[in-house]
Amino acid sequence: MAASTDLKGLTIKAALEGLAAKRFSAEELAKTYIDAIAAANPHLNAYVLETPDKALEMARASDARRAAGEAGPLEGISLGIKDLFCTEGVRATAASKILGNFVPPYESTVTAHLWRDGAVMLGKLNMDEFAMGSSNETSAFGAVVNPWRTRGSNQALTPGGSSGGSAAAVAADLCLAATATDTGGSIRQPAAFTGTVGIKPTYGRCSRYGVVAFASSLDQAGPIAKTVEDAAILLRSMSGHDPKDSTSLDVEVPDFAGFVGKSVKGLRVGVPDEYRLDGMPEEIAKLWDQGVEWLKAAGCEIKRVSLPHTKYALPAYYIIAPAEASSNLARYDGMRFGLRAEGANLTEVYENSRAEGFGEEVTRRILIGAYVLSAGYYDAYYLKAQKVRRRIADDFDAAFQEVDALLTPTAPSAAFALGDRVSDPVAMYLNDVFTVTTNLAGLPGISVPAGLDAGGLPLGLQLIGRALDEGTIFSLAGALEEAAGFRGKATPWW
Amino acid sequence: MSINAATVRRVAKLARLAVPEARLESMAEELTAIMAWIEQLNEVDTNGVEPMTSCVAVKLPMREDVVADGGQPDKVLANAPRRAGNFFVVPKVVE
Repeated sequence: MAASTDLKGLTIKAALEGLAAKRFSAEELAKTYIDAIAAANPHLNAYVLETPDKALEMARASDARRAAGEAGPLEGISLGIKDLFCTEGVRATAASKILGNFVPPYESTVTAHLWRDGAVMLGKLNMDEFAMGSSNETSAFGAVVNPWRTRGSNQALTPGGSSGGSAAAVAADLCLAATATDTGGSIRQPAAFTGTVGIKPTYGRCSRYGVVAFASSLDQAGPIAKTVEDAAILLRSMSGHDPKDSTSLDVEVPDFAGFVGKSVKGLRVGVPDEYRLDGMPEEIAKLWDQGVEWLKAAGCEIKRVSLPHTKYALPAYYIIAPAEASSNLARYDGMRFGLRAEGANLTEVYENSRAEGFGEEVTRRILIGAYVLSAGYYDAYYLKAQKVRRRIADDFDAAFQEVDALLTPTAPSAAFALGDRVSDPVAMYLNDVFTVTTNLAGLPGISVPAGLDAGGLPLGLQLIGRALDEGTIFSLAGALEEAAGFRGKATPWW
Repeated sequence: MSINAATVRRVAKLARLAVPEARLESMAEELTAIMAWIEQLNEVDTNGVEPMTSCVAVKLPMREDVVADGGQPDKVLANAPRRAGNFFVVPKVVE
């Protein structure tokens, strides 16, 4: 048996090799993470529910399958699950008080795929309430603390959001990898803030069945992992057609990991002019330039491209996403599940249950959504935003006539201090300026850790691909990962 | 576009989401700031542009109209705030 400290730092790839070689068991692996979580979680708050008994039971069953020669592609791999995924018999809250002690009587398709392939669940991960936020501070369970700190400082930083628990857990070695979801940047921005890899696949790759809905035309699941290859391995298991989600794509799931390490020679990579924002920190501009040089050195052809409607993506998103959210969240009425408050009549019961159950940011977005959809405003706001969305998608179509992928920064800053931006919603929304465009257009985007800022905090670069062409961005991400040689790890203080 | 407290009250009613009187003004200010930022969409010429409702171009699939699931009242009612037998108990609806 290997020492547990060795097991903690493993990648999925290395863990699969170790399990296959019988150097350790799935149970030993799970136990390592269970202990690590117990020690770290009081400080990091990454998990909102730890399921050690279930993890050990699943791990023992996995060991039995492996012994019987029935090992799946993720056999014995210990994962954290974002609390937006319904897990049968295990509480799912979306980090909202309104779901209370909701225990799903069914399993999401994505997690069902993971268990089918042999994975083990360590617990449920913290997040912004209903995935609405970019700093994890809207969670009813309190914010996650980023394992990374600025050099020489003890200040608590955000891990980003909404998948902040997923990103922090992966960065702090509290799981081998984690599931996450991304509606405007919620996989990629936290990945960038924590030195991890996160991919939002093409809309429709992963089934939304059993994933608590935020904005259905934008929501998409994906992995956060320690390496590009691990993200590829996990995404393959998460993906696949599902008749229970009418927007799920009935297409073949490629062996994504096979694209990692492939030569990128001759690939044309676009650098969009409009992503070079005024006031962008110089370190991020420099890292972006460095990324261009790395890809050039790997044999890519770099081209300047224009995506003229980029600046309108966020404002369009802040009509479309709240409009869809206000409709989706209408189901929380206190009647069939979740929190029910008292009231003098039925309407008051609805109004009070929802007021007690929803936090500030969710309330704000429901009100914006109800406003832009209300009589007399629909055309001016919702319809206008959908037309702008088409313009943004057309920009990408035009760019992809000339290039095979796009390279951009992932986020406009490194991780910031908890509490820094809570009082200014628009400043918080700007976190997603580079990521939200791909949600609107339905395209895949991956964030790769590429360097550290002056304070020693990780920074990410994003690659955007054509619809269903995750393969190309996995190859490019692999090339960036290799060139950057990012080996950064947060120094444990927890 | 300025949103006032009366508009917040009206929209909150539509959303069946109680906003305390004391919070109406500050919420109106926050929403006004957000909507003012959103106004920049008016700079985009969208004449003749087809609204985009989904990124999935394919036609939505059809299925046979048959019962595929059901007969699980205990699972359906497992999370009910109040139940009686195989029924949800809800506040009185008819006065």
